[in-house]
Amino acid sequence: MLPLILEDVSFAVNGRTIIDRISVEIVAGPRTVILGPNGAGKSVLMRLCHGLLNPTAGVIAWRGPTKGGRRQAMVFQRPVMLRRSALANIVYGLRLAGISRTESELRARDVLEVVGLAALADRPARVLSGGEQQRLALSRAWALGPEVLFLDEPTASLDPGAARDIENIISAIHASGTKIIMTTHNLGQARRLGDEILFLYGGRLVERAPVGRFFAAPASAEAAQFIKGELPWQ
Amino acid sequence: MAIMRRLATTIVVMVAALSVSAGWAADRFITVSSTTSTENSGLFKHILPLFQKKTGIQVRVVAQGTGQALDMGKRGDADVVFVHDKAKELPLVKQGWFIGRHDVMYNDFVLVGPKADPAKAAGGKDIIEAFRKIAAAKAPFASRGDRSGTHSAELRLWKAAAIDPTSGKGSWYRETGSGMGATLNTAAAMNAYALTDRGTWLPFKNRGDLGIVVEGDKRLFNQYGIMLVNPAKHPNVKRELGQAFIDWVISPEGQKAIADYKIGNDQLFFPNARK
Amino acid sequence: MEDMQLAFGEAARLIVGLDRELVAIVALSLQVSLSAVSIAIVIGLPIGAVIAVSRFPGRQMVIALLNGFMGLPPVVVGLLIYLLLSRAGPLGEFGLLFTPAAMVIAQAVLIIPIAAALSRQVIEDAWREYEEQLRSLGASLFSSALTLLWDTRFSLVTVVLAGFGRAAAEVGAVMIVGGNIDGVTRVMTTAIALETSKGDLPLALGLGIILMGLVLAVNAGAYLIKEMAQRRYG
Repeated sequence: MLPLILEDVSFAVNGRTIIDRISVEIVAGPRTVILGPNGAGKSVLMRLCHGLLNPTAGVIAWRGPTKGGRRQAMVFQRPVMLRRSALANIVYGLRLAGISRTESELRARDVLEVVGLAALADRPARVLSGGEQQRLALSRAWALGPEVLFLDEPTASLDPGAARDIENIISAIHASGTKIIMTTHNLGQARRLGDEILFLYGGRLVERAPVGRFFAAPASAEAAQFIKGELPWQ
Repeated sequence: MAIMRRLATTIVVMVAALSVSAGWAADRFITVSSTTSTENSGLFKHILPLFQKKTGIQVRVVAQGTGQALDMGKRGDADVVFVHDKAKELPLVKQGWFIGRHDVMYNDFVLVGPKADPAKAAGGKDIIEAFRKIAAAKAPFASRGDRSGTHSAELRLWKAAAIDPTSGKGSWYRETGSGMGATLNTAAAMNAYALTDRGTWLPFKNRGDLGIVVEGDKRLFNQYGIMLVNPAKHPNVKRELGQAFIDWVISPEGQKAIADYKIGNDQLFFPNARK
Repeated sequence: MEDMQLAFGEAARLIVGLDRELVAIVALSLQVSLSAVSIAIVIGLPIGAVIAVSRFPGRQMVIALLNGFMGLPPVVVGLLIYLLLSRAGPLGEFGLLFTPAAMVIAQAVLIIPIAAALSRQVIEDAWREYEEQLRSLGASLFSSALTLLWDTRFSLVTVVLAGFGRAAAEVGAVMIVGGNIDGVTRVMTTAIALETSKGDLPLALGLGIILMGLVLAVNAGAYLIKEMAQRRYG
């Protein structure tokens, strides 16, 4: 599916412009982190890329070959679990993708093992802790074997310990060959998890750079202010 | 989950049982439309089991006002009609809606009213006179107002008294539009006069302050008739089974069963079928 | 009130004596209302779910209509179905009039709108929480509707109980289409109407007490099952 091309993409609601003419090409490989203050439009941009929203102007296109099956997955800031067991939640996603029941259960158990939730496989998903549910959400996405994994502020609601667990899993998913596109407003997380930074401010893509250069020598004034923690809320 | 499954199974079993029961009951039965007064008297509970024992035919009685019962016959939703409004039955037979009509039994109407008797109508044997007194005193009167046999009889009596009771509609003349029992309930609650058949009155338990005010007038005679819905009009009518019921009702056996029905020591219906 | 005392006496006498007629009437009442509820579940719940998750022109009007039909007067429904099932009517040849089947149909017509309208509300509320995640996983609208029907099953129990209550309590429809035939279509409510019209108020009231006890028992039973299951499945 990759590369993902955005051409002059805008998104407005009730006259308010939330995404303002963004053009970018996202290729396979590097972990892309979309960084910016709250209200910059990061979540909306993610949903536009994932297809949950349609742009009001411009074109979003996947220019690469499609290999069939569910090639994208998304993890949200707050995990949404069905009223069934942890295992059943993962199986649900796999069954939707057309995988047989036996195969789905095998894959689900495998991924639960890897993320350390095997003991909770038969527990009702909704009684798990926030951190466990987010791990489960990641497992559900990972089990699908997606080409691209979108993550919208995946650790914003978690304590640092749980957040660290999530970050480790994200790295593992990347290592297994999935493209990571993630939003965050946390500088440290961006530094740890990003290979390239897309810096958003006021709905515009203000700067794009490899992570090292972005933090060492930001080209834009807004980026520099944000890194110093001096950028105003919007 | 197991509980859900068990619940689902129970529901399925019940629904299945329902369909089965609807099925097996469909073997030998007829639908008879009759009146609430006959039903409420308890007569059917007494005589129908005897008929079913003899013939194996189940008689399903739908009880409503005479007008509705006759309509039901005309629509073909019943096989046999058993009501008490000869004046209405005969024209319908003439028009071909029903065939094979027979007189079955009679009882009488009685005028009931509050023991306090505000219209001073009590004691006599002249029903027309009593009606005149009630209208003159504008005493509360509960009418069925529902095209029933009793209602028709009541209207005939007003006519004979040369009174139009509807002039008092809403004040002293109250039309309940309901069956005999409901009308008696209303009369008891309002301390009103009402015309009722003896068959409903005798077993009626909610009399309040009411008692019989006038009885025995020849004009209070109430004839019951039975007839078959014309199969020519409605091919679905169960002709043989329906005729079997009619034949039994007017037979000496059926007539005796009717005469035997008593509440306490009081006979409610007096058989008068002629072959 | 002396009548009330007599009524409780009558109720007790009937129950203790396991009066044969009473047992038959109670059994039929339960059969008819539970059958109607089953039909309403199968037809009404999916309708409500599909309306909840879809967007189409005129949707608001459909919802308003559905809500309005919850208030269908039973006696009017009874009359309409009577005209349909009468020999003189379009469906007369099936001979359904004055059978328990006709009563089931009439009650089902009454409670399908309740099942649909209330489930529509329950599932629309859930859809707000689940929509993005289910769409992200690739669930179709129809598949989402079914998934949510199962996920909101505990709230839906209350919806079903509302329908059952309405069915068990009504007298207008079953009186007209059933005919209150002794031993064939006499149910609790029509028996109460009959005894009232015979002036036997204590007996009528006694039957009423038994009917209310029955409905309360069904409600209590369903509630307990729901609570137990909810505790286990979150």
